[in-house]
Amino acid sequence: MPIQVLMPALSPTMEKGNLAKWLKKEGETIKSGDVIAEIETDKATMEVEATDEGTLGKILIPEGTADVAVNTPIATILADGESAADLAKAPAPAKQEKAAESAPPAAAKPEMPQSKAPTGVPQQAVAEPDPEVPAGTEMVTQTIREALRDAMAEEMRRDADVFVMGEEVAEYQGAYKVTQGLLQEFGAKRVIDTPITEHGFAGVGVGAAMAGLKPIVEFMTFNFAMQAIDQIINSAAKTLYMSGGQMGCSIVFRGPNGAAARVAAQHSQDYSAWYSHVPGLKVVAPYSAADAKGLLKAAIRDPNPVIFLENEVLYGHTGEVPKLDDFIIPIGKARIVRSGSHVTIISWSNGMTYALKAADELAKDGIEAEVIDLRTLRPMDTETIINSVKKTGRAVTVEEGWAQSGVGSEIAARIMENAFDYLDAPVTRVSGKDVPMPYAANLEKLALPSAAEVVEAAKAVCYR
Amino acid sequence: MAAPKKAAASTPQDKTDGGSPPEFTREQELKAFRDMLLIRRFEEKAGQLYGMGAIGGFCHLYIGQEAVVVGMQMALKQGDQVITGYRDHGHMLATGMDANGVMAELTGRRGGYSKGKGGSMHMFSKEKHFYGGHGIVGAQVSLGTGLAFANHYRGNDNISVTYFGDGAANQGQVYESFNMAELWKLPVIYVIENNRYAMGTSVSRASAQQDFSKRGVSFNIPGKQIDGMDVRAVKAAGEEAAAWCRAGKGPFILEMQTYRYRGHSMSDPAKYRTREEVEKVRHDQDPIEQVRNRLLAAKVSEQDLKAIDAEVRDVVNAAADFAQHDPEPDAAELWTDVYR
Repeated sequence: MPIQVLMPALSPTMEKGNLAKWLKKEGETIKSGDVIAEIETDKATMEVEATDEGTLGKILIPEGTADVAVNTPIATILADGESAADLAKAPAPAKQEKAAESAPPAAAKPEMPQSKAPTGVPQQAVAEPDPEVPAGTEMVTQTIREALRDAMAEEMRRDADVFVMGEEVAEYQGAYKVTQGLLQEFGAKRVIDTPITEHGFAGVGVGAAMAGLKPIVEFMTFNFAMQAIDQIINSAAKTLYMSGGQMGCSIVFRGPNGAAARVAAQHSQDYSAWYSHVPGLKVVAPYSAADAKGLLKAAIRDPNPVIFLENEVLYGHTGEVPKLDDFIIPIGKARIVRSGSHVTIISWSNGMTYALKAADELAKDGIEAEVIDLRTLRPMDTETIINSVKKTGRAVTVEEGWAQSGVGSEIAARIMENAFDYLDAPVTRVSGKDVPMPYAANLEKLALPSAAEVVEAAKAVCYR
Repeated sequence: MAAPKKAAASTPQDKTDGGSPPEFTREQELKAFRDMLLIRRFEEKAGQLYGMGAIGGFCHLYIGQEAVVVGMQMALKQGDQVITGYRDHGHMLATGMDANGVMAELTGRRGGYSKGKGGSMHMFSKEKHFYGGHGIVGAQVSLGTGLAFANHYRGNDNISVTYFGDGAANQGQVYESFNMAELWKLPVIYVIENNRYAMGTSVSRASAQQDFSKRGVSFNIPGKQIDGMDVRAVKAAGEEAAAWCRAGKGPFILEMQTYRYRGHSMSDPAKYRTREEVEKVRHDQDPIEQVRNRLLAAKVSEQDLKAIDAEVRDVVNAAADFAQHDPEPDAAELWTDVYR
């Protein structure tokens, strides 16, 4: 029976990609290991190798097709003795999933520019206009990855003391392609590939910052920054104080934080609470593309050490980014992204995904949730939280990290201290489960918070 | 002139160059004498104030090691950065920081270099290019490499002098830093102050490779073992290393073989070495006595040297007086300097 070739995934978080090019034609003989096609996402390209021998029977997805869902059959291979007539026996190609419906096969585009986002990636809908953006501002649609890159590029153009260092940031164009194109524009002096040496290069970055430069230190993920946490806390965060204000440290530590997908315990940890514990650090964790850009620019200009927590799952999400010459979002200001009067849901970074989905669900049941995106964890915008809770009388926090000593616990304490008399129900935390992140897909899903849990918590505090 | 007495096999000596280091001029000898004496007297006073309860917490004295910082400082030029660990009072005085400010920091007063918020191990001076004063063993090595990175980035002619001890030399980030420094040809002199004991653990009990000048071998970083008790040898080695760095050839390692007379900190049981060992080094190799003997041999009068000692004692006494009478920081200082 003919064998199906399926659309492969380049990474654990990839859901769809573009079929860039067929390297074999229908009827050509194929040996195991032959490269038969090239696929790509906004992050990377990959060659598809045949794992079976035979003849390329039929190409099911033509080259140039965008947003092909992972596991979609893209071709069939005929074994020896089989002919095109046998193709009918092949299982019918699974219907291309929803993503493909929204993006019908386009005309052949052999080379998709890498920076162009696939059209079918999750688009973040934001209900309330951002007060930081003047009305009538022209907006551009960008992935968060591109927004972060543009923020760095703009700041590097503006200030020659700004440079970026980290593993694979230059020639490889970034492990997650966030630094794509920076080497080409700014050269190897300012876009610096480091050895795999987190503790060392974090210290080198802090030393350079003490000497007055403004480093952007990329950690491939914040999991690896645990090797460097001594330099971040003991050197970067404390030196200004220990020097009586003489020796500051303008530095940004950035990279993906929190759970990715199917990478298990050592690569799936949320450090929000860890860093937000420390005086001397500022901690930023954006959710939207516009915030990612505006806050990263603010972080680079900030004279203090800033921990900038990104999220791998969000990198490919798109959003509207204001087309302004100098778009800055001030650090330390939360944002109400959805107004409501019944319950306040507070989250940040990828937690917003669950929060916003839950708000949609709750609305169907007549519960209007007010959703606050904290954006900055330290300094925390207590005022925005308290004002909302005074209005709603109920609060649910949502985070991917563990509950004990978590950011949600801190928010709950602040609400209790500042708005106890306004509360109609105990503040409830939705968080990652109190276990290391498991690998198995079903367990991983259980370990993370979900929109359903947020809905349940919101209903509980509304006594519904 | 009285040459330093021949050292026993296990005592500090220059194993690379052999022969005597270049002679100092009279002015250089007098400067070295005065600068080393200032550190010695300052530290003696700090020890005394500690005993009186005027200085709290940790206090690590530099007595015995004075030739290292004074000799190195004579090899540097304006703008070169200095960074070290927690045994830092000598480095600060050598870079020209004010004795009053250092002593007042030890006593936790508002006139201290860190307004009383840093203490013995955490002092800085932008003006004198002194970058601390770091309490985490080995952390200053990555930081000092970062200072050198900044020089390289800016294309200036300055170098970073990064001091650490034989104990810190076993920390992992030291080697991460060595790798990057050589890879990127950063202008940094790693000065390993081998005083033979990491707290109470002797080098032989902690280090597989006891020749610290070879610690950069696998990174192709050149290194030399230097008699760190002879200020002339230190200065000559410092000049050679500085020239190497300024020529864009990358880092250089200097193992300074030295000795601390006092305990690791003020509460040291001193059970890990004999009194005789300490006395022998003091008697045979004291860095200040070496210079004094040379000066006397060169017909500088005992009286002139006493006058220098008196001047230094005045500076130190004034510092101690200031440090005990300067007010404590204002309570409002608790909340300042967390962010800027």
